[in-house]
Amino acid sequence: MSTGGIDANGQVDRDGPPESEPMRRSLSRLRTVRHILWGVILLAGVGLGGFELWHRTRPDPNPTAQEMASSIVANFTLSTHTGATASDATYRGRWLLVFFGFTHCPDVCPTGLATIAQVMDELGPEGEAVQPLFISIDPERDTPEAMAEFVSAFHPRIVGLTGATEAVAAAAKNFRVYYERVEDASSPNGYTMEHTTSIYLIDPEGRFVKPYSYSATSEDIADSLRRKLKGKGQI
Amino acid sequence: MKYSSIFSMVVTIFILTGPSLAQEQARLGDLVIERPWARASIGTSRPAAAYLTIRNEGEESDTLLAVRTPLSGKAEVHAMTNDSGVMRMGPAGPVEIPAGGEVSLAPGGLHIMMMKLQAPLVKGKSIEVTLKFERAGEITITAPIYGPGATRPE
Ligand SMILES: [Cu+2]
Repeated sequence: MSTGGIDANGQVDRDGPPESEPMRRSLSRLRTVRHILWGVILLAGVGLGGFELWHRTRPDPNPTAQEMASSIVANFTLSTHTGATASDATYRGRWLLVFFGFTHCPDVCPTGLATIAQVMDELGPEGEAVQPLFISIDPERDTPEAMAEFVSAFHPRIVGLTGATEAVAAAAKNFRVYYERVEDASSPNGYTMEHTTSIYLIDPEGRFVKPYSYSATSEDIADSLRRKLKGKGQI
Repeated sequence: MKYSSIFSMVVTIFILTGPSLAQEQARLGDLVIERPWARASIGTSRPAAAYLTIRNEGEESDTLLAVRTPLSGKAEVHAMTNDSGVMRMGPAGPVEIPAGGEVSLAPGGLHIMMMKLQAPLVKGKSIEVTLKFERAGEITITAPIYGPGATRPE
């Protein structure tokens, strides 16, 4: 320890306070860098966690039936198109075919309901144990009266369900159905809806079984249902 | 003489009524419009849809630019896009009919969307649909109206 100065290696070597002014500055710079690095790591961690969370809450683009079965809860409390309160428990003991949509839908919803109507016709008496439900994701326009007008045009067995905005949102969330209002000047009331179009099969105990793709034919769905009905679940 | 005049009368009647009897096909230049149909509307507040197939027998492509119907304040060709099970609908824009090819407007895909209906589309009646093409020009076809639960031309 000499009186100070810089040794041959260029290291600061000096008596007195261990941190000289330039050294304190470079050390504090190091500390700043370290803080920034920790910050980056922390942010990355939070970001990854957030992404993971978002990924989990967002409907999976291609979920397998098992993944969906573990996350779909077929719970709802809504109003039927005749104005009665109905929940999932109301339909215990029956197989449910659940389709979400809205009555101001010109193409997809009529087609989906037409498919379900054909399934019911094909099943005939076997279809007694099957209850088709059409749940509105547009409660603003879909009053029970509007639902009655719409579902009765397709099949007498289809029950239309709607309700308060929150009740509809809760049902859609339980079924992991995505829907969104899209402004469109040429549509009635200036908006249309985008929504998940799968048809969900719920067993007599109220458990989600599988989704049918919107493009599945009525023959495919009827065959699949017949197999289920012949199995254990027939009531 | 008498017989031939009766014959020509029958032929004339047949020619006059022919187009309305054989509505499943109409021709405009190289384009053949096939199996047009519409779905009955449920009330007038809800938009309705019509479907058909356009076949191009020519050697040059053509483009469907616009559609209109007397019953709707606004008509547009719409496309559905399936984004992992979520269906989105929007104007299709100009629809190209490739040379030697065909384009089908069918449920779950392209459709003629009829908005701001002035009268309901009633099952058993029919609706006139005018199609405007870039090259072939305009044609008005008559589409029978099927029930609200129809999914294909009968
Ligand atoms: Cu449309």
